[in-house]
Amino acid sequence: MTAVSVTVNGKTVSAEIEPRTLLVQLLRDRLGLTGTHVGCDTSQCGACVVHVNGKAVKSCTMLALSCDGAKVTTIEGIGSPEMLHPMQRAFQDHHGLQCGFCTPGMIMSALDLVTRKGMKLDESTIRKELEGNLCRCTGYHNIVKAIGAGAQAMGAAELQAAE
Amino acid sequence: MSETGIGKPVRRREDIRFITGNGRYTADINRPGQVYAVFVRSPHAHARIRNIETTAAIAAPGVAGIFTGKDLEADRIGKLICGWMIHSKDGSPMNMGAHPALALDRVRYAGDHVAVVLADSVEQAKDAAELIAVDYEPLPAAVHLTEAQAASQPQIHEEAPNNTVYQWHLGDKAAVDAAFARAAHRTRLEFTNNRLIPNAIEPRAAVAEYDAASGGYTLYTTSQNPHVTRLVLSAFIGIAPENRLRVVAPDVGGGFGSKIFIYAEEVVCTWAARKIGRPVKWVADRSESFVADAHGRDHHTVAQAAMDAEGKILGLRVRTKANLGAYLSTFASSVPTYLYAPLLSGQYDVPAIYCEVDGVYTNTTPVDAYRGAGRPEATFVIERLVEVAAREMGIDPAEFRMRNFIRKFPHQTPVLSNYDVGNYPACMKVALESADHAGFAERKRTSTAKGKLRGLGFSAYIEACGIAPSTAIGALGAGVGLWESAEIRVNATGTVEVLTGTHAHGQGHETTLAQIVSERLGIPIDQVSVIHGDTDKVQMGMGTYGSRSAAVGGSAVVRALDKVVLKATRIAARCMEVPEDSVEFTDGVFSARGTNRTMKFAEVALQAYLAHKFDTAEIEPGLKESAFYDPTNFTFPSGVHIAEVEIDPETGNTRVERWTAVDDFGNLINPMIVEGQVHGGIAQGIGQALLERTVYDDTGQLLTASYMDYCMPRASDLPSFDVAMTNTPCPSNPLGVKGCGEAGAIAAPAALINAITNALGHEDIEMPATPGAVWRAVALRAEKRAAE
Repeated sequence: MTAVSVTVNGKTVSAEIEPRTLLVQLLRDRLGLTGTHVGCDTSQCGACVVHVNGKAVKSCTMLALSCDGAKVTTIEGIGSPEMLHPMQRAFQDHHGLQCGFCTPGMIMSALDLVTRKGMKLDESTIRKELEGNLCRCTGYHNIVKAIGAGAQAMGAAELQAAE
Repeated sequence: MSETGIGKPVRRREDIRFITGNGRYTADINRPGQVYAVFVRSPHAHARIRNIETTAAIAAPGVAGIFTGKDLEADRIGKLICGWMIHSKDGSPMNMGAHPALALDRVRYAGDHVAVVLADSVEQAKDAAELIAVDYEPLPAAVHLTEAQAASQPQIHEEAPNNTVYQWHLGDKAAVDAAFARAAHRTRLEFTNNRLIPNAIEPRAAVAEYDAASGGYTLYTTSQNPHVTRLVLSAFIGIAPENRLRVVAPDVGGGFGSKIFIYAEEVVCTWAARKIGRPVKWVADRSESFVADAHGRDHHTVAQAAMDAEGKILGLRVRTKANLGAYLSTFASSVPTYLYAPLLSGQYDVPAIYCEVDGVYTNTTPVDAYRGAGRPEATFVIERLVEVAAREMGIDPAEFRMRNFIRKFPHQTPVLSNYDVGNYPACMKVALESADHAGFAERKRTSTAKGKLRGLGFSAYIEACGIAPSTAIGALGAGVGLWESAEIRVNATGTVEVLTGTHAHGQGHETTLAQIVSERLGIPIDQVSVIHGDTDKVQMGMGTYGSRSAAVGGSAVVRALDKVVLKATRIAARCMEVPEDSVEFTDGVFSARGTNRTMKFAEVALQAYLAHKFDTAEIEPGLKESAFYDPTNFTFPSGVHIAEVEIDPETGNTRVERWTAVDDFGNLINPMIVEGQVHGGIAQGIGQALLERTVYDDTGQLLTASYMDYCMPRASDLPSFDVAMTNTPCPSNPLGVKGCGEAGAIAAPAALINAITNALGHEDIEMPATPGAVWRAVALRAEKRAAE
């Protein structure tokens, strides 16, 4: 067993873990943050995407130990039912989810996309940038719409905050 | 009219938990003291098991138990079942081999279940599984559908000579022969409807526990129909009587058919929970899902059409071999028979049809219902035939379809189906306009100028949803009834709980069923909760598949609401001291005609429970009603999809440039959700036609068993979809709805292959039309032209 200390959604947590423990196992099994999902074993589906030090990573492919001292954000740290993040709101408004299983990963990837490419995103950019996230329900049509609208809403919120 | 009533694009209420990470899927559930199950699976497609050596494994750290098929047999645990009896054309019942949850002396596909290891952690269970030495005697495998019935092929089950489960037929052979004899033109196609792997993004999972105090079991499982799971585990597998077995299907991350079936893993986990006295948790790896979830499609078909000189279809002759895999999964036998042949008439007035189907065992993963289940296969047959026939006869494919469309309803087809209603020409007209069919020639010129090939293809599909009535499907061999139940519990304060026997795994029932209640009772949707997926709460139900939930489950809700309103009306009459027949109920208010007396729904609900103002010998207190609704017929959604593609002949890459879908689902409860269902279905259909290829090698190894190897549709593979509706209400249910869940997956493959073959100028391409396949087809086109 080895000690690891990670700041998850703003709270610092320490745990004794087996060295082979994956970040997603630490989040789900030890911290009870079950919003992060596992949909494959080959880093293809993106249901497990979280942010580590501000960047999107697939938490099924990262050892928890390699996150020692890092800041991790999961879907639970983005917004709450009472205070939805604009990207979360956009997924509901545009029917960007059906079964909901890929959704946390989609939202985390979408937020990363906004960080990298800004708040004005065209359809082809969004489609290309979603290469790491699989959805079997929606055909992506409404996810693409939701991300575009969510990014725009984030821009509007930022403007409002600046004023 | 309620703002949250029928027909409104109400935002989904279930979304809030999903977008905030608060969904509760089976893998999120943990029970105190649980062990983790890992299954030892056969690496061989076909082998005899000589011995299973577990001594080293049982001594490994953390191991709580290791069990094999012998342990299940010793406890008299029953075999897995197939719930639809098909009879061959000679009248004999289908030839079914036994399907043990854990193999006894033989394994029949790579991935077949051999043993289960239970340990304190999943890692320990995996480590211990590595220490189990299974002594296999490999046997030759019958892998390929078109070869498996040959006498030279290995025999998979003693019960099924020549690996043939049944030789079934439907229709009038003599009438079809006569039609072909007098035909002016005949069209023949031979093709494979490719095997698909469902791949719901949530892998299957089970958490089972046994409570010694009550003698009861609880199973949390990724199921589309928890009551059917309970019934089978109880009545056929013999785990426990139904009253001591609770099955919960919590949030389920997509199903597409693959989570209908009762699989080995939930049987073993539930049984083992009592055996070792600890809860048992199993979550599939994706690689397990690939080999152990039932696959879909996998037909080989020769299809022929006979036409008169004007292009009027005179008859169809269809000969299909259907791969059923190594064992018969829960509803496998019905998919290539009664869910297939009755749809072969499509939207067309065809006087004679004859279809023969062989169900075939192979040493591959079992094949069962996958989104559309038989209906995509039927649509592919008829829509490829009419497209090719039109091209061969020099008739515009849209015009060819218009000439053959059914125009009078009800319409009895020669293959059982009795279409109740439809307006096929209307759909086609809207589709032609939406797709800018008139502008296609110009767009093709532009593509040609760039050195690209452009093509346009139609698919005018028909679907059958809400399979019923139960007496009819029982006569066809079904082992279940296909009604649905609903219970409406009105609380004293006027809030309402709806209990439904359907199950949502992405379809949004928590919103749509609440919309029905909001509309009918005139109360805000916030005052309505929908409860599903728990056999301790909902008494009985048949679950969700076959696009049945609105047409059958929604209708059951309407029937139960009718009873609620009826009783509430009687109570309101007593309270207002007026005759019952003078009371009207509109927009949530009971009013007495000819008076100014009114009562709101919530006031009547309160009076129902106070029971102060009516004689309880005459009217029982309380307000709770239930209904079991059995439809009188299937519903028949239909539509026209038009695909337009551009092919790069240098790379074989196909781009879907436009997608036009015009569907007739009857009345819509929530158009936003309906459109979403159409999008998802089209994506799976495009996946089948362009991307998804399942490959077994000659020894029966599944070569496409990960997302590295099996090409799932990604956002960049797909266009945005242009979706429109026509609405011909269904006459056979009180909502006038038809069902929309599978339409896209049914329509899309034929539309896409028709577009690609239109671009190529010949018909010689199989699904999936991968860049490699299209590139070869482009080369073939050049060869064909040179030869001409």
